[in-house]
Amino acid sequence: MTAKTKPFSFFRLINFFPPMLQQAIILPLLALALTLLISAVLLVITGYNPVTAYRYMWEGVFGNSRVFTEVLLKSTPLILVGTGIAVAFRCGVWNIGAEGQFYAGAVLATWVGIHLAGLPPFLTISVVFLAGFIGGGAWAVIPGWLKVRLKVNEVVSTIMLNYIMIGLTSFLVTGPMQEAKKVFPQTDEIVVAARLPNILPPTRLNIGFLIAVLVAIIAAIILFRTPLGYAIRTVGQNPETARYAGMKVNQSIIIAMLLSGGAAGLAGAIEVSGLTWRMFATISPGYGFDGIAVALLASNNPLGTILSGFLFGALRASSELMQMNARIPSVLFKIIQGLAIAFIIAFSLLSRKVASEKIADRAEAVPTTGS
Amino acid sequence: MDILSIQILLQATLRMATPLIYAGIGETFSEKAGIINIGLEGYMLIGAFTAYATVYYTNNLLLAVVYAILVTALFGVIFAYLTITIKANQVIIGTALNLVGVGISGYLFRILFAQTRKAQPVRTFQQLPIPALKDIPLLGPSLFDQNILVYGTYLLVPLAAIILYKTSLGLVLRGTGEHPHAVESLGIRVVHIRYGAVIFASILAGIGGAYLPIAHANQFVENMTAGRGFIALAMVAFGRWNPVYVWLAGLLFGSTFALQLRLQAAQTIIPYQFLQILPYVVTFIALIISHGRSLQPRALGIPFEKEGN
Repeated sequence: MTAKTKPFSFFRLINFFPPMLQQAIILPLLALALTLLISAVLLVITGYNPVTAYRYMWEGVFGNSRVFTEVLLKSTPLILVGTGIAVAFRCGVWNIGAEGQFYAGAVLATWVGIHLAGLPPFLTISVVFLAGFIGGGAWAVIPGWLKVRLKVNEVVSTIMLNYIMIGLTSFLVTGPMQEAKKVFPQTDEIVVAARLPNILPPTRLNIGFLIAVLVAIIAAIILFRTPLGYAIRTVGQNPETARYAGMKVNQSIIIAMLLSGGAAGLAGAIEVSGLTWRMFATISPGYGFDGIAVALLASNNPLGTILSGFLFGALRASSELMQMNARIPSVLFKIIQGLAIAFIIAFSLLSRKVASEKIADRAEAVPTTGS
Repeated sequence: MDILSIQILLQATLRMATPLIYAGIGETFSEKAGIINIGLEGYMLIGAFTAYATVYYTNNLLLAVVYAILVTALFGVIFAYLTITIKANQVIIGTALNLVGVGISGYLFRILFAQTRKAQPVRTFQQLPIPALKDIPLLGPSLFDQNILVYGTYLLVPLAAIILYKTSLGLVLRGTGEHPHAVESLGIRVVHIRYGAVIFASILAGIGGAYLPIAHANQFVENMTAGRGFIALAMVAFGRWNPVYVWLAGLLFGSTFALQLRLQAAQTIIPYQFLQILPYVVTFIALIISHGRSLQPRALGIPFEKEGN
């Protein structure tokens, strides 16, 4: 019991800040700080100098305009995927399938992008995006439907669908969708009209990042300012209450999954139309899984995913540079993600507990002091 | 298919099923006590790496299993603290555990072995044919010409079933996942039972992971569990939270791995990608077949709150 007093006094301090600020900024930064501290210990144990490592990371983010735009490029899919996952998690659906949904969206977008000729760029890109949204959304609606109809556990089903989609993609790019030359396991390039305009040559930055930010804002509006969003959140908090209030629980879950997978599929479409211009078997280095950490660090708030998506995009990009320059394995990044999730959850629970105890203290104090 | 190839397939099935069975039986106990652990994959990777590194440096297979157990148990304690004591969401913490598992095993592997080109094959558990029994036609070589970790499952599964259904400990464990408050009212601490079940599950997943580099292959590969932890999760639901059915589910999924490898080697006209995803497709179909949660422990995934607090 004595061990409990320590964190509690600490979290009393944090509770001086208003709850919104705590959730959006203080706790994530605190969790990240502790994570980097523990990672530093790991670096020391394994014979690296953490100061050097973190300096390489910092330079990998802010070193020059080229690395910074690469970070923005990495953040783009993370913000989109994270936003989608946040919507599903808010609805109480554990969509771990964003990786597969990303692939599904990228595949459909590529297919459309290759075959869509003769339309003006704006229209072509819109159709490609729509294809990405539909591809990812459809791949997510399957486990959503299985959950509400047959009560199939979505955690396991979405994970299995990841493996299945990645396998199917590998088949498509070596088989039916392989480039005309039939040399590499990849598709042909999409038509020029389907490619996103570059906004900062000579870097690779395209308007994808702005679209991701816009989508996150729209998702936040849907989630917090519309009846649909209210239904999604209520279902997530308590399905029984939602049902009692006359909300369509099953429908909300399906729509949440559609939006969730759609955002991941859109991320796939933007990756193709903005960067790679074609599809290949390893198009995602794990954005779909990173998105889980992005959503959780943002407390499943789509607006927060802009910050946390940038943070994890920065970590991903800079850990690769760190590996090149200091030979520190970039998988360190996975440890950082896992620890950050655990800490943010633990911190928010502990601070909430302290807050509720404070309220309890006050409630007890009322009869003795007041009326 | 002739008798010999059926026999080989059976033997391979048991081999591929073994890590799944360890992880699945452990998870059954954990879920029976009310805790779902999505992080099995992470435990398995940590167990796999620990075992590989131990054999590499000490050449001692038994020590490798012991260390794999100790290290994964430590992670089990952390998971238990976060989900049971401070009541964090089990799915989220499990996800974090998976990330840490992938990260830490990959990080240490690259530093200790891959970057310095020291990654070499290690000694493995050899086949230990049981005299007389191995001469039974068809089943003999499949069942009784295996390594010791495979034999371990022959003891583990009946033992798990007996403990769960024939002992008072099993009764308490099942009660903890169904009616934790009733258990608490008997003066038994639900929290203790859940800690025990979670740590037990982590240990078994650790053994299942250790099996891969030191019994199945002779090498550690990053992410070598390839979703087996998730398949074990599906096995528990497919096996209706009953160790015997979970074991059967393990054999089914193990057979898809075995079949997949065999068909790839046989160079059929089926594209190899379809063979690779076979285990996951079968798992997905099995999930749909075993739908409905009527048999799921009632308090699964719900943190225990003491009444009157």
